[in-house]
Amino acid sequence: MTCEEVRVLVHALADGELDAGHAREVEAHVAQCPACAAELAAAREVKHALRAQPLGFDVPATLRAKIDGVVPAPVPNRRALLKGFALGGITSALVAASLTFVVLRDGRDDRILGDAISAHLRSLQADHLTDVLSSNQHTVKPWFNGRIDLAPPVIDLTAQGFTLIGGRLDYIDGKPAAAIVYRRRIHVINLFVAQDLGPAPSTPALSMMQGFNILRWNENGLNLLAVSDLNREELEEFGAKFTAAARAAPPG
Amino acid sequence: MTAHQRMASRGGDPLPRGAMRAQETTGVALTGDDERGRAQRFREAALPHLGDVYTLARYLLRNPADAEDAAQECYLRAYRHFDTFRGGPMKPWLLAILRNVCRAEYARRGALAAVQADGSDDAADEASENLWGEASPSPETVSLSRFDAETVQRLIAQLPDAFREVLVLREINDLSYRDIAEVTGSPVGTVMSRLARARALLRDAWLAEEKGS
Repeated sequence: MTCEEVRVLVHALADGELDAGHAREVEAHVAQCPACAAELAAAREVKHALRAQPLGFDVPATLRAKIDGVVPAPVPNRRALLKGFALGGITSALVAASLTFVVLRDGRDDRILGDAISAHLRSLQADHLTDVLSSNQHTVKPWFNGRIDLAPPVIDLTAQGFTLIGGRLDYIDGKPAAAIVYRRRIHVINLFVAQDLGPAPSTPALSMMQGFNILRWNENGLNLLAVSDLNREELEEFGAKFTAAARAAPPG
Repeated sequence: MTAHQRMASRGGDPLPRGAMRAQETTGVALTGDDERGRAQRFREAALPHLGDVYTLARYLLRNPADAEDAAQECYLRAYRHFDTFRGGPMKPWLLAILRNVCRAEYARRGALAAVQADGSDDAADEASENLWGEASPSPETVSLSRFDAETVQRLIAQLPDAFREVLVLREINDLSYRDIAEVTGSPVGTVMSRLARARALLRDAWLAEEKGS
């Protein structure tokens, strides 16, 4: 490998795009070549600097309205349902919960994952991402008191690159779930915390459905599901950092 | 004539290469229920990516009003051709459509220097060849200071088209190299060399901004 090639390939290495064989070759070259090592360090530094702040643009409400004009809006029932849901009415929430059975799939696990994705999509579409909007874990956690029969672990991971933006009540498999909402650049992560959703591993396990990445695991008797359109590496990073922080902090 | 009508009327090249499969199915008249079901399926598949589409449009066109029109036109075309979408990841498909819309807008503006409609990017390739051909000084190891999002967005917006595009697709839209190659219609090797160049340019601009501020 020439230095010219390596100076391009270090970017692919920093992006995790090289296969193991090429990665080793590039790493071996970098270990002996200060110039290429500097290029790799610079690539990583630029990536790191870009991650420090969200660089996406918020979608204007006028654009959403125009697209509603382009694509026929959902059937009236659904629209009314979403509106009611946004208002947090308990009746509509129950309707929403019962509706999940309409899209029954084979097996309870599929249903749970499907519910989590539906709830994630609703949170993005119905303009109802959070009921409590705060990046402070000490504001978000108490908000769930009296609203749900469990104490969800609310952990601020802003320093680790996942910004806590708030919390919300939702339903998974017909059961109330605490939704804790994080943002990574322009990607939203909904972390659902519920009870009695069945067995799951104690470390986050990745699966994919409808193009979304999902992490599922159990911790302290609680069921956790993280759903996002974030790429799998970073969602796994989220799972690892969340569990590490949860285990480091005393419960409660 | 609004910018959106302009974009809509500039039909040519409505879909990314390889997206024109099963075109004949779009001619089938749908009943009301089918149409609603189709609309609902499209909304669920495509709306979650609106943030990515709008963000890329903002970076490519550098103007909120044009970006909004381009994103709207993208969703219009995507919905019209939704029947030709055969599974796989939706995001690259939408971003490829958006890019075509934006290229039509570039052409209208007459500002199409780097990315020619025939797909050859001679200026960009030449620039990257020059960079790697000469013994470019290796970057000093300094850490970049933090700027607010607006400053970084401005620095990215100042990159030349071909470099800005791959940088945004990678670092902000989160696409793999393979998907970027598909969206931009370039070989993966070109994507890699442009990304390397884009980061080098951005780093230079970043350091210049630090000195200036």
